[in-house]
Amino acid sequence: MEVKKNKHGVVEPTLSKQDESVLTPPKRDAHFFWTLFKSTFIISAFTVGGGFVIIPLLKAKYVDEYHWINDKDTLDMVAIAQSMPGIVATNSAIILGYRMAGYLGTFVALLATVLPPLITLSIISYCYDYFIQNKIIAYMLRGMQCGATALILNVGIDLAVKQCKKKLALPLLILLVTFIGNAFFQLNIMTLIVLDGLVGFFFMRAAKYN
Amino acid sequence: MIYLTLFWEFAKIGLFCVGGGYASMPLIQAAVVDTYGWLSMSDFVNIFTISQMTPGPIGINAATFVGTKIAGVPGAMAATFGFVFPSIILGIILARLFLKYGNIGPIRGVLNGLRPAVVALICAASISFIFLAVWNTEDIPVHWGDISWGGLAVLLLSLFAVRRKTGVIRLLLGSGVLGIILGMLGWI
Repeated sequence: MEVKKNKHGVVEPTLSKQDESVLTPPKRDAHFFWTLFKSTFIISAFTVGGGFVIIPLLKAKYVDEYHWINDKDTLDMVAIAQSMPGIVATNSAIILGYRMAGYLGTFVALLATVLPPLITLSIISYCYDYFIQNKIIAYMLRGMQCGATALILNVGIDLAVKQCKKKLALPLLILLVTFIGNAFFQLNIMTLIVLDGLVGFFFMRAAKYN
Repeated sequence: MIYLTLFWEFAKIGLFCVGGGYASMPLIQAAVVDTYGWLSMSDFVNIFTISQMTPGPIGINAATFVGTKIAGVPGAMAATFGFVFPSIILGIILARLFLKYGNIGPIRGVLNGLRPAVVALICAASISFIFLAVWNTEDIPVHWGDISWGGLAVLLLSLFAVRRKTGVIRLLLGSGVLGIILGMLGWI
C-alpha cells in the first residue's frame, strides 16, 4: 500500500474510486478546525445519551454534510473506539479527530466533546433542585430526544441499506444477529463485538469484504 | 493533593472500563463512595440520574458532577481529564497502528467483521430511542397502545426534515423548541 503523508505527518486516507467523487479531504486550516470544533461542540452540547447516540450525529456531520471522511473509515474508527477501554463518545472523537487531522484534530474534537458536559454539569451541580424540577427544560430535552431519534434512525437505515446492497451473506448475518441480540435480548455489547471480530478474523479476510 | 487523586482515580476508571460510559458507573461508585467516601450513596444515585438526563456522554457527565461535588470546577476538570487520558494515549496508538497495519489480512478480517456490527449497534440504539420517543420507556414497551402522540409527531416531523437534508444542529434546536411548545400544551 502506498503511504502518503501530509505536512502534519498524518497518513492521507487512500480513497477508492467510488469515494473520490464525493470526498473533499479537509484542508487543515483554521477554518477547518473551527468548523470541526463548532459542529462537535454543539452536537455534544445538545445530545442526551451516550456513545451510539453521538456517533450517528457525528457521522451525519463529518461524512454526509462536510464529506471530510467516508463511511467505511468512520465505521472502522468507531469499531476501534468501541473495542478499547473508555467512553465510546470520547474514544470516537479522539480517533476520528486523529484520522481527519492528526494530533490537533484529536485535541480539537476531544475538547469540543468534553467541554459542553463540563460546563453544563458544573452549572447544574450548583442548582440541582431547580434543574430537576424545571418543566421547560424537561420538555426541551424530551423534544430534542425525539429529534435525535430521527437522526440516529436515518443514519442507521442508511448504513444498513448500504450493507444490504453489497449482497454478501456473512456481513448481513453479523448485522442481523448483532442487531437482534442487542436490541431485543440485551446481550452484552463487548461479547457481541468479540464474537463478530472472531468471525471476521477467521472468515472475512477476502478482498470482497473490504 | 485532591486534584491529583481525582485525576489518578478517574484515569484508572478510564483505563479499566470496557464497554462505554454505563460500564464505568460501578467503577466510579467503588472509588468515590466505597474507597474514599467522598460522596454518599444517595448522592451517587442522583448523579447517575442527572447524567442520564443531561446532554453529553454519561461517563463525562458523571466525572464532572463528582469532581464538582468534591473539589469545585478544578476538580471537575481534573476528573474529566483523568477519565479521558488513557483513551487519548491508547486511541492515538491504535489509530496509528491501524493506518500502518490496517491492510494486513487478519486485521482487515477483524475490521470487516466489526463494520456490520457497528451498523447493527447504531440500528439497535435507534430502536431503543424510538421506544423512548414514542412509548416513553427505555425497554421494549409493555403497553403498545400507550403512545405519546407529541413524541411521535416530533419524531415524524424530524424524520421528514432529515430526509430534506436539514442540518443536525438546526434540527436538534427545532425539535427542542417543538418539545417546549407541545409540553406546554400537555401533548408530549
